[in-house]
Amino acid sequence: MANDKEIIDNIANKEYEFGFVTDIEMDVAPAGLNEETIRYISARKNEPEWLLEWRLKGLQAFGRQKLPAWQNFEMPPIDFQKISYYAAPKSKKKYDSLDQVDPELLATFEKLGIPLNEQKALAGVAVDVVFDSVSVATTYKEKLKELGIIFCSFGEAVREHPELVKKYVGSVVPYSDNIFAALNAAAFSDGSFVYIPKGVRCPMELSTYFRINTENTGQFERTLIIADEGSYVSYLEGCTAPMRDENQLHAAVVELIAMENAEIKYSTVQNWYPGDKDGNGGIYNFVTKRGICKGANSKISWTQVETGSAITWKYPSVILQGDNSTGEFYSVAVTKNKQIADTGTKMHHIGRNTRSRIISKGISAGQGQNSYRGLVQMGSKADNARNFTQCDSLLIGDRCGAHTFPYIESKNNSATVEHEATTSKIGEDQIFYLNQRGIDSEKAVALIINGYAKEVLNQLPMEFAVEAQKLLSITLEGSVG
Amino acid sequence: MLIIKNLHAEVEGKQILKGLNLTVNAGEVHAIMGPNGAGKSSLASVLAGRENYEVTEGEVWFEGKNLLEMAPEDRAREGVFLAFQYPVEIPGVSNINFLKTAIGEIRAYRNLPPLDAKAFLQLSKEKQKLVEFDAKLVNRSLNEGFSGGEKKRNEIFQLAMLEPLLSILDETDSGLDIDALRIVSKGVNKLRSPKNAFLIITHYQRLLEYIVPDFVHVLYDGRIVKSGTKELALELEEKGYDWLKEKEEVGTN
Ligand SMILES: Nc1ncnc2c1ncn2[C@@H]1O[C@H](COP(=O)(O)OP(=O)(O)O)[C@@H](O)[C@H]1O
Ligand SMILES: [Mg+2]
Repeated sequence: MANDKEIIDNIANKEYEFGFVTDIEMDVAPAGLNEETIRYISARKNEPEWLLEWRLKGLQAFGRQKLPAWQNFEMPPIDFQKISYYAAPKSKKKYDSLDQVDPELLATFEKLGIPLNEQKALAGVAVDVVFDSVSVATTYKEKLKELGIIFCSFGEAVREHPELVKKYVGSVVPYSDNIFAALNAAAFSDGSFVYIPKGVRCPMELSTYFRINTENTGQFERTLIIADEGSYVSYLEGCTAPMRDENQLHAAVVELIAMENAEIKYSTVQNWYPGDKDGNGGIYNFVTKRGICKGANSKISWTQVETGSAITWKYPSVILQGDNSTGEFYSVAVTKNKQIADTGTKMHHIGRNTRSRIISKGISAGQGQNSYRGLVQMGSKADNARNFTQCDSLLIGDRCGAHTFPYIESKNNSATVEHEATTSKIGEDQIFYLNQRGIDSEKAVALIINGYAKEVLNQLPMEFAVEAQKLLSITLEGSVG
Repeated sequence: MLIIKNLHAEVEGKQILKGLNLTVNAGEVHAIMGPNGAGKSSLASVLAGRENYEVTEGEVWFEGKNLLEMAPEDRAREGVFLAFQYPVEIPGVSNINFLKTAIGEIRAYRNLPPLDAKAFLQLSKEKQKLVEFDAKLVNRSLNEGFSGGEKKRNEIFQLAMLEPLLSILDETDSGLDIDALRIVSKGVNKLRSPKNAFLIITHYQRLLEYIVPDFVHVLYDGRIVKSGTKELALELEEKGYDWLKEKEEVGTN
């Protein structure tokens, strides 16, 4: 019979399931970040002058910025000059069908369980796959086109819809926002672009899979989603990454814009390579995600399941500008071994009767450190604004840590802020209880974890929720006896 | 079905069971009584395989198999069920999903095909009725926010669902009002069969008026010091446990 200690050690030793490298020819920029690199990237992508200018402003802002120092972990030294800022699969052809796609690439997705196949397409998911930095396959495009929905790579949007990109890029996350946002503005490689026209309800979940594949290639994805008046869209982002020796930097930017009566639901399952059990390797995931509820009665909802990365630093936020607008943040963050997660959200209440809801579920195992950091800001005009925050921490073993940093700033007396927090441990009693009903310890932990995270998992689209549940179970397999 | 020979067990270095002998055959109901701290719950824990108990001497055979060598979940799959004195709460895990998982695991262990959704639902309905379990509680999170009585009744519902060979009820009666006690007893009586057996741990004679045992044992200081029929329970109710203590001391001197 394995005891707790053995099983806890066991999980620490569990190899990263998705650690393998695909061998596809890459087109890689020389390492280093300077004007030359930026011009190289921009030229490679045949970008218009205004975008190059914008990138260069980003580069300047990057030069002025310092690494943040307020987070609850020691920032590792990052040598920005050692990173290569551009990688694209050599074959840049777009495909009409999956048969034409590199079979090895497909095999990789298969191994990851990413159902990029006819089945998934039939299931109603349009998949815009970002393999490293350039989109290689897009499905269901025609159907979306009929509705006037634009769903394409960022690069394509720059070419086909420059007026939209020019108007909105950087409007929610300016290039000067923080050092990683500046880095992204300067060097972003590709990403996704979505535009939902007035009154259109996007009939399927839009989904993008990100994947890091080349040594020393930072990932600087940029996503821009605009939901015009009265429209609705649900967007899924998920990722896994192969085994690495060196740390890799991932600094994505996501901007969401919801007009009057529009709703955007953005879901993420993040499973970048977390490093080995001693904390070597692993992805540094510094992400800036922000949405703006521009119009009245609009709604933005972030849901995230964070299981990967050596360091996760992200605070998907909502600016509640329109009256009666709603912002939501649902998060499960898992840290094990030496993983660090410093994540949370910011809700900026500007308009009247704005509402926000924050549900954060941290899970720490091994020596993992999990911090929730939240800011709820009630502006002077935010009459009757309301926030509810529920912030729970679950500890597995006694070498991990959970921390909460809830900040509240209120300039309006009629606004209300509610905060609840709990910390609990997976008890031996709970596991034994389930054992006694014929359920082994691994399944017992999975049940308990999924029960704990249910409120968040329930927010995910059905199909994704099942995958996320599996991921949580795999991640924490054998964590307690 | 169950043979316990000279069982010694300790927890955190403290000797709790000190040479316990007990044999339970299929079709029998045994009551175990004894003062607080005698080791009744410890016996249940050792049989179910709780990790912090260490067996230092003795044997336990269940259906001809060495129970002590089995992991807790395998004991359950073999047919040992413990209705806990203090059932735990597991937030977010629905009672019914939990039972579905449990039944799935138990059936897989026995090389039985999984129950389909319809058959499972059918079974659940049937057992709810049998033990008069509130349908609302079936879909709630496992024991979360249940009253003491509801938790105990949930243990009996689970017992009914899992159909074990040996059921150990650890003070299921404490915390139940008289109506709940009657319902629980009725449920247990309906579940009695020539194929299964019950080990009923209780403080009070009261429960044994409803669930009539074939044998009554007194557990005292880690041993069974007296065994008898249901009349013994009445005697204990009347005289308490002190007279046994004297007797015990005389016996050991
Ligand atoms: N985890 C434990 N650590 C130390 N002592 C324990 C533990 N569990 C039970 N005991 C002790 O074992 C003895 C028997 O307890 P228990 O089996 O619960 O008795 P009963 O159920 O008959 O009231 C008591 O003295 C109790 O304090
Ligand atoms: Mg007891």
